[in-house]
Amino acid sequence: MLEVTHLQKLYRTAETSFEALRDVHFTVAPGEFVCLVGPSGSGKTTLLKCMAGLMKPTSGTVRVADKAVAGPPEGLALVFQEYGRSLFPWLRIAENVELPLKELKIPGKERGARVAEALAHVGLENSARSYPWQLSGGMQQRVAIARAIAYRPDVLLMDEPFAAVDAQTRADLEDLVREIWRDLKITTLFVTHDIDEAVYLAERVIVLSSTPTIVQREMIIDLPSERDQLSTRALPRFSELRHDLYAEIQKAKTHSALTLTA
Amino acid sequence: MKAAQSILHTLALPVVLVATWWVVSFDSTNVYFPSLQRILQAFPATWLDGGMESRLVVDGFASVWRLLVGFVVATVIAVALGTLIGLLPRVRAYCEPTLELFRAIPGPVLVPIIGLFAGIGDTMKIIVVLLGCLWPILLNTVEGVRAVDSVMIDTAKSYRLSPRRRIVKLILPAASPQILAGMRQGLSVGIILMVISEMFAATNGLGFTVVQFQRNFALPEMWTGIIVLGLLGLVASVFFQIFESRSLRWYTGMRRAARDA
Repeated sequence: MLEVTHLQKLYRTAETSFEALRDVHFTVAPGEFVCLVGPSGSGKTTLLKCMAGLMKPTSGTVRVADKAVAGPPEGLALVFQEYGRSLFPWLRIAENVELPLKELKIPGKERGARVAEALAHVGLENSARSYPWQLSGGMQQRVAIARAIAYRPDVLLMDEPFAAVDAQTRADLEDLVREIWRDLKITTLFVTHDIDEAVYLAERVIVLSSTPTIVQREMIIDLPSERDQLSTRALPRFSELRHDLYAEIQKAKTHSALTLTA
Repeated sequence: MKAAQSILHTLALPVVLVATWWVVSFDSTNVYFPSLQRILQAFPATWLDGGMESRLVVDGFASVWRLLVGFVVATVIAVALGTLIGLLPRVRAYCEPTLELFRAIPGPVLVPIIGLFAGIGDTMKIIVVLLGCLWPILLNTVEGVRAVDSVMIDTAKSYRLSPRRRIVKLILPAASPQILAGMRQGLSVGIILMVISEMFAATNGLGFTVVQFQRNFALPEMWTGIIVLGLLGLVASVFFQIFESRSLRWYTGMRRAARDA
């Protein structure tokens, strides 16, 4: 569904050259939920922009739904960290969700139904006529998620979507994303720097090294698929996985392609 | 109650100024500064006599028509051109210094030049108004388009919005607060140029009428013309404010929300 093959990205200026990604290589299977974690400055944003077709890699390819990415691919929806800057403040909530569907040339009646369904999914059926700035940060991010699922993407990319909301809202939104993934079976790649969040959400975690970045390790999260903020986080296995991942991230802070391949 | 109070606040200063004018000029014997009483006495005969043939209708319409056509055409050209320049960094690099130069040329100096090839008819006046309005709107549009949030642009790209939809649904609304600020500046420049071009060479219009009275030493009548021009500016500004607050309802709401948060 999502294949990243030997991706390399060099930022070149006249005098200097900075290698953000060395050789990033992984796949996300159809219907899988994968979290991507890495220390700060591990090229997560670069990788995400390459996957979303917003940036050209120096070498290597990204394939979404078996098609090579050159420019923003069909069937990919992106949820940004900066919800306030991703929704259009001059459009009402329903219009924000509807806009990408117009581009897909979906007939008006079906568009309306999809918008209503997506808003109901995120619990905002009563805010369709509000403007984004009339809603709280958590609710705005729900709108961005509704816009993404109304689009019915093959792949859903989320870039640290909950980094800017408070802890309680964050827990609610994590459960919402799990629920959407389970109900709609959308292939999801969720970028985060939060270890607990990665273990709680994912079926598998991909750990990135520092720059120049490679995939340092992949971890299977063998927790029961029904997850709950209290009981799942209280499981001994949760603590073990969390511990392992923490250790792995600590290692990643000093590891990069230079030390790992040497 | 609140509305009544705000009307009171708005009207307080004008009332004080008019009253002062009235009192200070009451026993004026100066030919150049007649009393306000005399000016107001001259007003109805000067402007309203003749119904549809009165000066207010004939000259007022001629002036407003020139202003409106010049302003609207300037807005269309400036927004289209400004969007193009704002979106294309290459074009911007070539154009910007030149645009700043053109903007610095005072509009009134264009009147004799344009008069040379566009004659002294409506076309000349419309072109003068148009060229005066154009620069503030154009430069503000370029700025507004340049400042569109990069995350919003990435959002539009990742949902594969077509260029047309991107401009209509993202770029223009995002730039609209600045475009409207430019239009407001353009409108006041336009009114000034409308009057000046009519004073220069015309057979009708408000500017023409004022100069005509001055040349014939009909000074109270000349003063009534100045009052009419002032009122025209006021009406234009009120209409523009209504238009602006309706178009930018989202913007004022968003700013209020940000302030309260």
